[in-house]
Amino acid sequence: MSARKKDPNTYIFKVFRYQPGKDEKPRFQTYEVPLLHPGMTVLEGLIYIKENLDPTLAVRYSCRMAVCGSCALYVNGKGILACHTALREFPSGKLTVEPMPNYPVVKDLMTRMDEFFDHHRQVKPYLLRPQDRAEIENPTREFLQLPEQLEEFLQFSYCIKCGLCVSACPTVATDPDFLGPQALMTVARYNRDSRDGGTVYRLKVVDAPHGLWNCHFAGACTEVCPKGVDPALAIQYTKRESVLHALHLNKLPRFRKKLAPVAPPPKPNRRPGIPPAPERTVPEAPAS
Amino acid sequence: MKTLTFDVVILGSGLAGLRAAIEAASSRGDLRIALVSKVQVMRSHSVCAEGGTGAALRPEEGDSFELHAWDTVKGSDFLADQDAVFRFVRMMPEEILRLDHWGIPWSRRSDGKINQRPFGGHSFPRAVFAADKTGFFEMQTLYDTLQKYENVQIFNEWFVFKLLIHEGVFQGVVAWELATGELYTIHAKAGIIATGGAGRLYAFTTFSHIVTGDGIAMAYREGLPLKDMEFMQFHPTGIIPSGILITEGARGEGGYLLNNKGERFMERYAPERKELAPRDLVSRAEMTEILEGRGFEGPNGLDYVHLDLRHLGRDRINERLGLVREVAIKFAGVDPIEEPIPVRPVQHYTMGGIHVDIDGKVPTVEGLWAAGEAACVSVHGANRLGSNSTAECLVWGRITGEQAARYAARAKHTPLNTENVKAAEAYLQSMLDKNGNESPYAIKHDLQRTMDRFVGVFRVGDELEEAVRQIRELQKRFENIRVVDKTSIYNQDLQTAIETSFLLDLGLVVAEGARRRTESRGAHARRDFPKRDDENWLKHTLARRTPDGPEFEYIPVNITYWKPVERKY
Repeated sequence: MSARKKDPNTYIFKVFRYQPGKDEKPRFQTYEVPLLHPGMTVLEGLIYIKENLDPTLAVRYSCRMAVCGSCALYVNGKGILACHTALREFPSGKLTVEPMPNYPVVKDLMTRMDEFFDHHRQVKPYLLRPQDRAEIENPTREFLQLPEQLEEFLQFSYCIKCGLCVSACPTVATDPDFLGPQALMTVARYNRDSRDGGTVYRLKVVDAPHGLWNCHFAGACTEVCPKGVDPALAIQYTKRESVLHALHLNKLPRFRKKLAPVAPPPKPNRRPGIPPAPERTVPEAPAS
Repeated sequence: MKTLTFDVVILGSGLAGLRAAIEAASSRGDLRIALVSKVQVMRSHSVCAEGGTGAALRPEEGDSFELHAWDTVKGSDFLADQDAVFRFVRMMPEEILRLDHWGIPWSRRSDGKINQRPFGGHSFPRAVFAADKTGFFEMQTLYDTLQKYENVQIFNEWFVFKLLIHEGVFQGVVAWELATGELYTIHAKAGIIATGGAGRLYAFTTFSHIVTGDGIAMAYREGLPLKDMEFMQFHPTGIIPSGILITEGARGEGGYLLNNKGERFMERYAPERKELAPRDLVSRAEMTEILEGRGFEGPNGLDYVHLDLRHLGRDRINERLGLVREVAIKFAGVDPIEEPIPVRPVQHYTMGGIHVDIDGKVPTVEGLWAAGEAACVSVHGANRLGSNSTAECLVWGRITGEQAARYAARAKHTPLNTENVKAAEAYLQSMLDKNGNESPYAIKHDLQRTMDRFVGVFRVGDELEEAVRQIRELQKRFENIRVVDKTSIYNQDLQTAIETSFLLDLGLVVAEGARRRTESRGAHARRDFPKRDDENWLKHTLARRTPDGPEFEYIPVNITYWKPVERKY
């Protein structure tokens, strides 16, 4: 059926459907969705379909404010977060909605992301600082990190693990074992953190087959990221770091990483205008 | 049905669940821990927390445990248990440092130390923050840190709908693997419920769609008491029309609230603290302005006031309130650098929850704990202060994780009661077989309308009675629903039906508890009983399930340090 947009307040959703066990192969189903308010999003359209037209449609969603990373999918061939994309961005009124490519489809718009999460885990996505084990297990004071040191990695920590970068990556498309832009970006996120001493451990993981050097800098990850993270840049940083390590240049003073120190004991520096807590008015219970 | 065996099972993967998992995993390396979430772990609602996490981190600058405790107790309108509050404030600074050592990008001062910002009801600027995505970064840090532990198995998208409790002993849960439709018994010695609050009782809410009070409702169905459920927090700044949160940090950074005359009306309601009074007070002030005709007319009855950030300037808004700006532009079409943001009170937090003791332990069940918003310790009493919820998740995530691990290390698995397991299986099948003519979605929307309308910022006796009547009516209609999807893989239709039934149970407890409490305290503001009544109502509500609806009793508040006084800001 060739559905055509009837009026400016109706949107035509052509949605990818696949029910394992029921559908032999994927098909598309078309729904007419009314514009409920001017800022209505693609996600609200899909929820409208589920609640009013077809409760069998499966789609992931949760926060509806672009921070939980659930609702990554493709509309008219472009990777988006459904909750962060308004219907008015589609003046034709027609939307072809599909699951993210580069992931196996389980049902409808639901893809399997196990490998995605597993790749993230493989790169040791946590602070490593074996030399300060005691401080890390029983913290006494914060590590000092200057605002400009924070900036070195901050943008890479904006990743919401929605998976769009991997869906757009041409290397993943031909090599599903490639660690992928999300995991490789995470390496730079931690390696560039002044509190971290784990660079060498992470390089060992990524300087390997299906790793760092399989990225050929297409930049599709950066283009599709809905949070403005630049995984392509992160991977370049890590390539550079890997070369410095291979040539032992990382030991030169200008390349050597200085670990953020533990803050010194504080000096009294009372702020003005802070009231004291009121005196206790219930007597202490006698020790039993 | 297949059975999996673990030592500890943790339900929910928000801040409390993740913190509990790390604590349990690190305290006993030989324990096997299951972390079960109905979503992929990083999708939990805690990622939406924005403004900050409260901790008395700087005694040298004049903050103290007593001051944090006093602010919390006063904010709670004296319904918080003061012994729990003191434990809470004492444990918080270490949690902040732990997160630092685990890699969180805390916002920093120019000298490299952790920065803090002012928050409503706090006498010291003690909200530690990571830009305006604090909860998101806390989740990411805990999730990433959890990857270190081999003894935690993560179950993404497993929906638990039944607790297995036999003769007062916790035995595990029944879980439904959403991707395959298979049912599993997770047989465990210890359990921690960390499934969050019940925000989706309301339509105008800051909450993610997934927050349907599952854990609270499951506990209620097992006969466990729920505490103080009538206390629902309404945050003063939900954006029109979606209800998405504009963080209190926006006022912490200096934002003004203005009525349609351009007045900073908070000067009249809280002369000293103004916009940074506690949330219950600010929300009532906004509603009063709107009801008295000094608001702006909004869509679908969502009249509003203005949150004005323009005087903060572009740089400060971009640096400190980037998410606020992004949300306002995207979802309200308003750039806060140029224009005020339309806001009104929005459901934001469930102060009540599963009744637990100071250790987060369910008193009547061996081997069961609850933490975070699903639990009621109670630290927040009748009104939670901003920045104390993420903090509570960290503290009681840690306490319950440690306690459950210690218990599981010495306890043995008790033989599973098969009747309970069969009952769970039969329940799921009976829901799947429902072929009536009511839509569970319509019932959910009707419930939300009832709650929005009658159990909101201001309440009154006959409206609460009407709410109770309507919810009972909806429960009857629910018997006659139709589950359209009869397949097994990712059957979200069936899942929604079960979640809706959970919400219906909880809606009745909230409305009925509110009807009975004939006073005004914290977030529970009765027009017909406008004063706090310590003589009759300085007590916690406990609601237990009976076949005819909730049954109520009341227990004393632990007042160990300060006697209640009048609350002024």
